[in-house]
Amino acid sequence: MAYSEKLLDHFKNPKNVGTLDKNKKSVGTGLVGAPECGDVMRLQIEVSEEGVIEDAKFKTFGCGSAIASSSLATEWLKGKSLDEAGSIDNMDIVEELALPPVKIHCSVLAEDAIKMAIKDYREKNGK
Amino acid sequence: MLSLHCICLFKLNLNNEERYMDNNLIYFDNNATTPCDPRVVDAMLPWFYQNPGNAASRSHAFGWKAEEAVDYAREQVANLISVESKEIIFTSGATEADNLAIKGVFEMYSRKGNHIITLKTEHKAVLDACDRVEKMGGEVTYLDVDREGLVNLEELENAITDKTVLVSVMWANNETGVIQPMKEIGEICARKGVLFFSDATQAVGKIPVNPKETGVHLIAFTAHKMYGPKGVGALFVNRKKPRVKVVAQMDGGGHERGMRSGTLNVPGIVGFGKAAEIAKQEMEADAKRLSVLRDKLEKALEERLEEVYVNGSRTNRMPHVTNISFKHVEGEGLMMTFNENIAVSSGSACTSASLEPSYVLVALGLGDDLAHSSIRFSLGRFTKDEEIDRAIDLVANGVTHMRDLSPIWEMYKEGVDLDSIQWEAH
Repeated sequence: MAYSEKLLDHFKNPKNVGTLDKNKKSVGTGLVGAPECGDVMRLQIEVSEEGVIEDAKFKTFGCGSAIASSSLATEWLKGKSLDEAGSIDNMDIVEELALPPVKIHCSVLAEDAIKMAIKDYREKNGK
Repeated sequence: MLSLHCICLFKLNLNNEERYMDNNLIYFDNNATTPCDPRVVDAMLPWFYQNPGNAASRSHAFGWKAEEAVDYAREQVANLISVESKEIIFTSGATEADNLAIKGVFEMYSRKGNHIITLKTEHKAVLDACDRVEKMGGEVTYLDVDREGLVNLEELENAITDKTVLVSVMWANNETGVIQPMKEIGEICARKGVLFFSDATQAVGKIPVNPKETGVHLIAFTAHKMYGPKGVGALFVNRKKPRVKVVAQMDGGGHERGMRSGTLNVPGIVGFGKAAEIAKQEMEADAKRLSVLRDKLEKALEERLEEVYVNGSRTNRMPHVTNISFKHVEGEGLMMTFNENIAVSSGSACTSASLEPSYVLVALGLGDDLAHSSIRFSLGRFTKDEEIDRAIDLVANGVTHMRDLSPIWEMYKEGVDLDSIQWEAH
């Protein structure tokens, strides 16, 4: 299948690949998917005292769409408040990357990873 | 006759450098389809325009000429597998030949029994035809294979009952290249008095296939896996000792002695014949050269990368194929790192419409994670030696890049036991 230019760009030049210290109080980590399903996404956010996402990193085991979805998600997360971040919808990712129907689950995974990272941060910080 | 100068317009003058598509793109997907050999294309061209006859037209020269060409091609094809030309039924491809064999035998021998035995690793054309047989009231046993991808002969023998009419075992697997012990299976079938069919699509034209010596009664194969054109295949049906019959699955004008109605694809059949003739002469040398290249590719990747697994038997295997899992890297993502340079295929779910990884690799006992991480490299007659060196670099770099992106690779390197993690399966 042919992928969109945007998707290919995120795949070839993924933004924000890396690892944040998951033990830091200011870091929230979301780990979703499973190796036997063919995709695992780890998305991390670092949140300022004011509640703004200052940094976001990801690592993803998966297909091109999964990698592009997580790269895009980290870009969108930076500078957002937790509430704004929590409202990112998987369909926004589908639209931006022009994901074909068979790849929609990659965007769902990204949304789940965002929500899980926010939840992890909130639980750590009692917010 | 149509004027000759027209043909010149169609004459292809392909030299070796223009052979396929884009010269920078390495084609390692010869198990999906092979490029049509330029010699085959040249043989086919006169049969589109200069000689347009229907091989079934008995009343004029156009028809006679076409029929002659088909007869000659039938000899060439039969000769490749050392059978009589009368034992070859031309079809539209291997899928149709598989269907004709399985459904045709099931219907023909319904008085004797209704049971078919096959393997879990067969091609979908066989498995889905067997599924149809079950819907028609038949019973099908799907045998497991071992870690090497090989059938257990004792299990196979024990599965045969007095209701068994057919054993269907593919000669060589399309995904792994694993070759089944055909002669031993043939002996079991002869001893038990059941028919033996083989989908030999991946084997014919690449390794010696001799159904008479092997005890195989029906064989399906196709031109486009042996450097011939797409859209033409054949079913070999043994005529003597035993005389095997199938019920036709296509009704119509009674072509192919009533076994397969439909106007013959004359240019395709001529090309199939030429491809068979070339294969007979060249397959030994091709196999020798390609196995050296395949082994070089495999060895270099194993040396340069950690956690590399070759799937299936390494001894009973087609000379031009390797199926490799690169642990903690997903196959489709990996392919995307090099698919501007190399064409391969993957057993990852992401390359199929379903979300399941390759059922063939799962049947070998690979975990789903390793099946998702698999890449099939299938070399071919037109593979150049230097392409192997380029491919080694591209693949090794791709795997390293994808592992840098992979959270489970990071965990593995940190010594985390991945089985201890509560994954969120979805």
